[in-house]
Amino acid sequence: MRAKLLAERIGWRMIAGVGVLWGAATAAFFTLHGTAGDAALSTVAGQGADPTQAVLDQVRRDYGLDLPLWRQYVDYLGQLLHGDLGESYQQRLPVAQAIEAQLGQTVQLAAGAIVIALVLAVGVGVLTAKRRRWVRATTTGVELLLASTPTFVIGLVLLIVFSIGLHLFPVSGQDGLRSLVLPTFTLALPVTAILSQVLRSELEDVLEQPFILTARARGMRDVAVRFRHALRHAAIQLVTMSGYIIGGLLGGTVITESLFNRQGIGQLMLVATTNKDIPLVVGVVIFCALVYVVVNLVVDILYTVIDPRVVTR
Amino acid sequence: MTTTAHLPAPRGVWLRSRLPRPGIVLAALFLLVVAVAAVVPGLLAAQDPLAIGTDPGFLPPFASTAHLLGTDQEGRDVLSRLAHGTAPSLVMGLGATGIAVIGGAVLGLLAGLGSRATEAVVMRVLDVVLAIPELLLALIVIALLGTGTEHALLAVGVATIPYYSRMVRAQTHVVRRSGYVEAATGLGIHQASVIWRHVLPNAIKPVLVLATIGVGTAIAVGASLSFLGLGAQPPAPEWGSMLAAGVQYISVDWMLVAIPAVVITLTVLSVTVLGQDLRRRAEGRTAR
Repeated sequence: MRAKLLAERIGWRMIAGVGVLWGAATAAFFTLHGTAGDAALSTVAGQGADPTQAVLDQVRRDYGLDLPLWRQYVDYLGQLLHGDLGESYQQRLPVAQAIEAQLGQTVQLAAGAIVIALVLAVGVGVLTAKRRRWVRATTTGVELLLASTPTFVIGLVLLIVFSIGLHLFPVSGQDGLRSLVLPTFTLALPVTAILSQVLRSELEDVLEQPFILTARARGMRDVAVRFRHALRHAAIQLVTMSGYIIGGLLGGTVITESLFNRQGIGQLMLVATTNKDIPLVVGVVIFCALVYVVVNLVVDILYTVIDPRVVTR
Repeated sequence: MTTTAHLPAPRGVWLRSRLPRPGIVLAALFLLVVAVAAVVPGLLAAQDPLAIGTDPGFLPPFASTAHLLGTDQEGRDVLSRLAHGTAPSLVMGLGATGIAVIGGAVLGLLAGLGSRATEAVVMRVLDVVLAIPELLLALIVIALLGTGTEHALLAVGVATIPYYSRMVRAQTHVVRRSGYVEAATGLGIHQASVIWRHVLPNAIKPVLVLATIGVGTAIAVGASLSFLGLGAQPPAPEWGSMLAAGVQYISVDWMLVAIPAVVITLTVLSVTVLGQDLRRRAEGRTAR
């Protein structure tokens, strides 16, 4: 019974995820279609080139722009299913290849940031929930400050203090772990602030529950009560915020990578935007939507592990 | 009716709940200065923000009475550039949030009051848009329209529409079931008029409270776009682009980065603090 409910739930989520991706693909198609004239032109129109009508027609045929709209749409969806995101017209290489080349750097950065954000948020949240007034006031103050500081300002402050002032880390570049520290914290801190805020307010509710009192009555130490009993209940709230976390990280990489002069998906997106390289922009966005959908699906399955009640509900 | 309503509140509690907290007063005062700077920048800084004068560059703050906050890499007065950069930032915050709230109200009302099919279509479309991070959405808009202050403003506004749409829809669902809407409908008042006079004002109020916090976020995102070179273009005085220019000289004169960074952060923080206070008051009223 439980297995069936679980399978049903995951099935529905998958359908919803595919729906979101289909919608994103459709929007991408129309965006590309609306700007396709430029695409055809840009392949032949270099500096000062004056393509004849015949050449233009040829290009249009090559790109399949002479086909009826629905055929182009179906072809486009087919391409996407094969992992073909089209071709960047600035860089003259497949979008998928461009993303693949940059992915490693960004994954490193984002993975580090997730770990830091979770560890810091859980640590701070668990240890400061339901404490004295001044503890609460200080931590909420710091969280408020971090959450309302733009990512690039956080990065700049870290740069000024730890790079310019203390010479602990390099200003930019990407060789070795040392160059990864400041970008990772820049990306992690705003997310950390929001997460620990949410976690603490959730924990303050949980710590009022009778089972916490039971645990304390058994003579369990306060720290153990917090980490072993309260955290599991409050962590559910963190899981539901995974979408927000991914969004924050993906958006944050654009700024972080630009600020620290690093290669990666964010830098790729920024260069594509500046150059008006629409296929590349659309490709990166579809890729991000895919990441978002997959992560949410995985998290949804995890959710049922952390909180078995959701399946039976 | 609860009996506690008749009991006098303890004196300390009464005072504490009526007096605004010091943080809120500070935030309001800071925003007042910012607002003055936006309307009459000359009042705070008499110098031309664009003039490349005879004064040396990289002058530290407080070193000269002519340049209270020092000069930048080209010898321009930092205080003047900050003051003149205020208006674009506020316009960005208010304008982008305005676009987002109007767009959100239209879509939210459509979803909240339309047929089930309309609602499903609107909500699924929003689901798709919500799968894409805000900043990336803004970048798409800029990639399509090109860089520049107006495009950045539009980009930030459009990127946050889904967020407000969802809130308006949720509020609409609450409001349309309330007694006064049913009464108005029962009196035979035209539907459009019921929506305009009763549903919209009541559904939008809580959304506007949250939108004050959104103004702060929009200022931050707008500055980020300028920082990335996609919004305001140099030499125009704007906080984000001042930072971007300063970063190149960060090892020479980090003050050029620190000053605008502090101003942006204080502005966003003040807006957030006031917004949260507004929300607390609004929730307190509805909870009672």
